[in-house]
Amino acid sequence: MSFIKTNLRSLLLWEIVEGMALTFSYMFKKRVTINYPYEKGPLSPRFRGEHALRRYPNGEERCIACKLCEAICPAQAITIEAEPRDDGSRRTTRYDIDMTKCIYCGYCEEACPVDAIVEGPNFEFATESREELFYDKDKLLANGERWEREIAANLRADAPYR
Amino acid sequence: MPTLTIDGQEITVEANTTVLQAAEELGIEIPRFCYHDRLSIAGNCRMCLVEMERAPKPIASCAMPVGEGMVIHTTSPIAEKARKGAMEFLLINHPLDCPICDQGGECDLQDQAVAYGRNDSRFDEMKRAVNDKYLGPLVATTMTRCIMCTRCVRFATEIAGVEELGATYRGEETQISTYIEEALTSELSGNLVDVCPVGALTNQAYAFTARPWELAKTESIDVHDAVGCNIRIDCRGAEVLRVLPRLHEDVNEEWLSDRSRYAVDGLALQRLDQPYVRVDGKLQPAAWETAFAAIKARLDGLGEDRGGKIAAIAGDMADAEAMLALKEMFTALGSPNIDCRQDGAKIGGKHRGGYLFNSSIAGIEDADALLLVGCNPRTEATLVNARIRKRWLAGGFKVGVIGGTSGPGDDLTYKYDYLGAGPETLSEIADGSHAFAKVLADAERPMIILGSGAIARDDGAAVLELARNVAEKNNMISADWNGFNILHRAASRVGGLDLGFLPGDGGRDVAGIVDGAGKGEIDLIWLLGADEIDMAGLGNAFVVYQGHHGDAGAHRADVILPGAAYTEKDATWVNTEGRVQLGRRAAYPPGDAREDWTILRAFSAILEQPLPYDDLQQLRDHMVEAAPSMGEIDDVAPGEMGAFGVAGDVGAEAFVSPIDDYYLANAICRASTVMADCSRLYTDTTTNTGSTGGATGTNG
Repeated sequence: MSFIKTNLRSLLLWEIVEGMALTFSYMFKKRVTINYPYEKGPLSPRFRGEHALRRYPNGEERCIACKLCEAICPAQAITIEAEPRDDGSRRTTRYDIDMTKCIYCGYCEEACPVDAIVEGPNFEFATESREELFYDKDKLLANGERWEREIAANLRADAPYR
Repeated sequence: MPTLTIDGQEITVEANTTVLQAAEELGIEIPRFCYHDRLSIAGNCRMCLVEMERAPKPIASCAMPVGEGMVIHTTSPIAEKARKGAMEFLLINHPLDCPICDQGGECDLQDQAVAYGRNDSRFDEMKRAVNDKYLGPLVATTMTRCIMCTRCVRFATEIAGVEELGATYRGEETQISTYIEEALTSELSGNLVDVCPVGALTNQAYAFTARPWELAKTESIDVHDAVGCNIRIDCRGAEVLRVLPRLHEDVNEEWLSDRSRYAVDGLALQRLDQPYVRVDGKLQPAAWETAFAAIKARLDGLGEDRGGKIAAIAGDMADAEAMLALKEMFTALGSPNIDCRQDGAKIGGKHRGGYLFNSSIAGIEDADALLLVGCNPRTEATLVNARIRKRWLAGGFKVGVIGGTSGPGDDLTYKYDYLGAGPETLSEIADGSHAFAKVLADAERPMIILGSGAIARDDGAAVLELARNVAEKNNMISADWNGFNILHRAASRVGGLDLGFLPGDGGRDVAGIVDGAGKGEIDLIWLLGADEIDMAGLGNAFVVYQGHHGDAGAHRADVILPGAAYTEKDATWVNTEGRVQLGRRAAYPPGDAREDWTILRAFSAILEQPLPYDDLQQLRDHMVEAAPSMGEIDDVAPGEMGAFGVAGDVGAEAFVSPIDDYYLANAICRASTVMADCSRLYTDTTTNTGSTGGATGTNG
């Protein structure tokens, strides 16, 4: 009996029918994929993406060259050089992050006393060459300008839990 | 000798000890801000409060002398509460600007706030803000950070001997300032940065450049003067960022003079980083081989009797290894014309006591009368001067000065009797007709210090003889005391004299070499970092300059061999006491520059007369054979006395200290922009004011 049943299932391609039925059943279920890059999934306010250096609303850069991010960075991806600016304030002359070294742990933004270095929501910064991933201060400040609204909103959203 | 109990441990200490010192002897740490071992006790920070049994309230352990049967608790609830309270009060007005503060990472307040403070603030009111003060180009101020420990005021008054800092106003309004906005007139002002326990006084030249955890620290020896201060060189990568003093009780205690501390920016400027050869009157970059070939061609052109036609002079910062290598190379070339006494001092020879600071620097504290001859220790050896001041402060110490200073009005930071300007006064003291001779004769341990202003002159040997007579007549030399001292200004000098870097039989000294070059009798001169000779007088001689800075010597040179500065080589220096000390390499020499002895070793191979050592250890072993004292690291062997000096007539000219500008005394200083600023400021008194525009320094 089982011999006939097995052969009949093979002959009628029953597994295919079962599979197609399962496939067809998804026509009536809620969609789980998104149409990336036109659609994007939700991100936590704590998401640790591409770095940015922020400015104060008056345009003054926040970073004061305390070098705590450089000190805490476990991958030693950050390099800072500093000197007194013309007005006597402490500023960086060089702020480099090697994004190929970075492990996106977020310690730099934890260490920052002035919320200058942050890891923003951007994760789409793939490049065609390694060199483009060696970020300098201009690139980081430009990131900050581009992402300021999102970054500020994320920091606000996360503030009650800090 | 009272016995007391601290945290259950019994200890017997000297009667005048304080509770804090007794605890320190037991290895118990009591936090403190205002207390400093070498300053008077102020007792105003209240951080060192401890509990004493049967006392109504906690006591300030730094100011409380020990008493018989005292029972002290340093970790009891009362002590800890008192400490926490003191810390909270200190932090009330201290800004929360550690991230922009240069002291961050090496700050006593930061460390102790973590160890003894609360972790939050209860203070809601306004914090105090204080205008920054101008203290000159070396010390940056952020007076809002000041916690009023008054260490700086006490340092300036007691150690530096300039009563220019003080506390004005009262209570919360108290401010530390120079009463008038004027730069500190001290060669020790850099130490204010070290004594300040917070970031109120910081190093201006090092401002905002690095954090202490980034720096590689190398323990080395300073060469800006002949004191041989122990230093720590802080580097980041190849860059020397700052120099700090290192504790050595017998030399510099824990201080450092400004030149040694602030001239380090000169190490990166005006450097010779590749060999040069003069072609058609212009120095052109060249390869090592080309440079060596040019020298060899010149030497070969001199024929068989070239020994008399070549000469070598060692400069003020040359290390012993290089001087030995140069000496042996010239001996192999058959030349007796070598000299390390760039200033022309008439000293040297087999009696080591004749050119050492025999009393030792720490020994100054045992002396009871002092005669300074032809030297201004304040500019020539600042830390020797600080020692003299320390001795003078202890009382019962008479100082007489003959020449060296510009007159009786010169401030040496202690009181002295200006006896005269020239050798005739010394003669009067020698024959006992001068009033000061009685002071020396009555003293138990009198000292005489001869500066290069007295011996670096034509009648120097006669002055030396005269000074030795003064010393012998006044009991300065006995079994346990030697009061005869030469105060050198150059770090290389004693090392050179110990190694016999002196004219051989029939050889010329520095004056003879320069004279001979001018007349065309000397055809090749090898300058080992020698910049302070008369370059214009060298005539048509072929000058080989081996050194690290493009200074006078390099400008005159026909071939430049780039060497290493003191931070870039493992080398030996001997200080004015005869103390042999090892400097260590903190960074590599720039570009193609090499350590000096290796250059000489390489050139000796080209001459086909290779020096018999291939590495530093072999060279050092060889050096100890040549001069056994070189093997006694950090040890001072008593200098052997003898009949040094030459009897003769002394001239009438006044003794003049050779340093006219403390801040520009050597090639490194002359390359330093910080030293140039200082020189401008302190030599031109009309610019000695400044304003910080009312900034409080904490505005991010």
